[in-house]
Amino acid sequence: MLSKHEIAEIDHEIAKFPVRKSACLDALLVVQKHRRYISDESLKDVADYIGMSATELDGIATFYNLIYRKPVGKCVIRLCDSVSCWIMGYENIRKRIQEELAISWGETTADNQFTLLPAQCLGTCDRGPAMMINDELHQNLNPDKVSDLLKAANLEEKDHDKTSHRAHERQWSAP
Amino acid sequence: MIRPLTGLMNANGQPLSLKDYQAGQGYEGISKARGMTSAEIIQLLKDAGLLGRGGAGFSTGIKMSAVPPMTDVNQIRYLVVNADEMEPGTFKDRWLLEGNPHQLIEGVMIGAHAIGAKVAYIFLRGEYKFAEKCLEKALREAHAAKLINNLSIHIHMSAGRYICGEETALLNALEGRRATPRAKPPFPQVSGLWGKPTVVQNVETICNLPHIIREGAAWFKSLGKAIDAGTKIYGVSGKVKRPGAFELPMGSTVREILDDCAGGLIDGLKLKAFLPGGASTDFLGLDFLDVAMDYSSMGQKRTRMGTGTMIVLDDHTCPVGMLVNLERFFKQESCGFCTPCREGLSFVYETLAAIERGEGEEADLAILERHARILGPGSTFCALAPGASAPLMSGLKLFREEFSEHIAQKRCPYGN
Repeated sequence: MLSKHEIAEIDHEIAKFPVRKSACLDALLVVQKHRRYISDESLKDVADYIGMSATELDGIATFYNLIYRKPVGKCVIRLCDSVSCWIMGYENIRKRIQEELAISWGETTADNQFTLLPAQCLGTCDRGPAMMINDELHQNLNPDKVSDLLKAANLEEKDHDKTSHRAHERQWSAP
Repeated sequence: MIRPLTGLMNANGQPLSLKDYQAGQGYEGISKARGMTSAEIIQLLKDAGLLGRGGAGFSTGIKMSAVPPMTDVNQIRYLVVNADEMEPGTFKDRWLLEGNPHQLIEGVMIGAHAIGAKVAYIFLRGEYKFAEKCLEKALREAHAAKLINNLSIHIHMSAGRYICGEETALLNALEGRRATPRAKPPFPQVSGLWGKPTVVQNVETICNLPHIIREGAAWFKSLGKAIDAGTKIYGVSGKVKRPGAFELPMGSTVREILDDCAGGLIDGLKLKAFLPGGASTDFLGLDFLDVAMDYSSMGQKRTRMGTGTMIVLDDHTCPVGMLVNLERFFKQESCGFCTPCREGLSFVYETLAAIERGEGEEADLAILERHARILGPGSTFCALAPGASAPLMSGLKLFREEFSEHIAQKRCPYGN
């Protein structure tokens, strides 16, 4: 079931387009913002609300790197593995994250705090290596800086459990 | 030096406020454009010689003039800004979006006015969260100041797929379809979003519009140093002393960008080669240092400038490893629609990765060359595979010795 909030936000997206179906990705992003990932049930709910088949919507959901069809941790780490970051020492960053968290690509830590995903060029190539933790961009990384960032992110989430609240910071422009 | 696109920006990285933008003649371009007809604006853009800054370098004026003339004021047209910056090594549009969002909005207003669009979409890549905030704030400010009339500007956040930067795939994405490219013709200017005439332009292209309208074609042409007009946001990443993005006269040389702006390579390293404008351009060697970086000059040398943000390969970084990284990106981001791209890029990646691991054979090089040809222009549905073929074909020639070393020594001589 979509919540009242989710429906209001999806309606806001639908209003941007002359054709309702065009807002399907926006609708998935709304639901993912509230629930962290798109479950089969959410997929069907969004498809019903938008007016398309769940199969067609899944074809779109699975097409995009930023739509998660499996549960993810509270902090999604997206480490840039593209060319400039690779030149600047991405490999040492990857090793440090995987050592600290004991997870590989696509995996989530046992306490559901972190998921590690590769990211395609984050467009900050002059300040590589770079990664994002949820919506925050971190640049000029070195292994020790990464360890500190992981500690800070872990504490922040455990203290406040504010993942969903942070996502609410996204503001909507006046129609 | 004149820096129309970035000269006003704050040094602290915060977006330029509406007040500061207006103090620097902001929104004077749209005022002037409102007194011009569509045909006059498009002619001005043609005269100015503005070329699309997304990488293809096609004339913006000619692109816009392919939109059928309005025969009824209620006809629907769309302007779309391609802000899906995802070409590896490219970070110029982020600077423009975050540094001066009002400049983009004014450009959108002018572009929309030129083609008669009442709705515009800014197609923003999903990871550009700060840019999204900057644009939303700027839009609210512009609405509050009643600067935007008779035009709806929407921001669409994408969700990360390189192919969405291809303009027809972008249109499918906006329509809520799987973002595979469309066949051309019909071109988007005739049948684009929901079948209506649509013009898609890169962020940097759109940001140039207010300045051209305000200052004129002759002024814009005078900014270029070599053949093409205007300024260009160049960038340098890799192991240089001062990596960054720089607005310089169009046609500045590689040496000026790399040495004067980026400070040259870090001490102890030497330049081996570079990609002039993102992952889908050719590897170029030291003989290109004094070539002017503009579309026409690079075209004369039978290569492409691409996005103009160069990636530097130093003599301590393995060229084969770099190619493995580039081709892995392309095989992953192939939309899977056409066979040479979907199957060929995976094959190329596997073959390169085997060579890098020390499991390659001399015969692999001929196979790779053959694939680079098959993936080149003309045999695939869109430009993704030809883009992937550019560093491969040029890399095979330029790094022949390094490839042979990997194969003969059965390991990566750079220790990867």
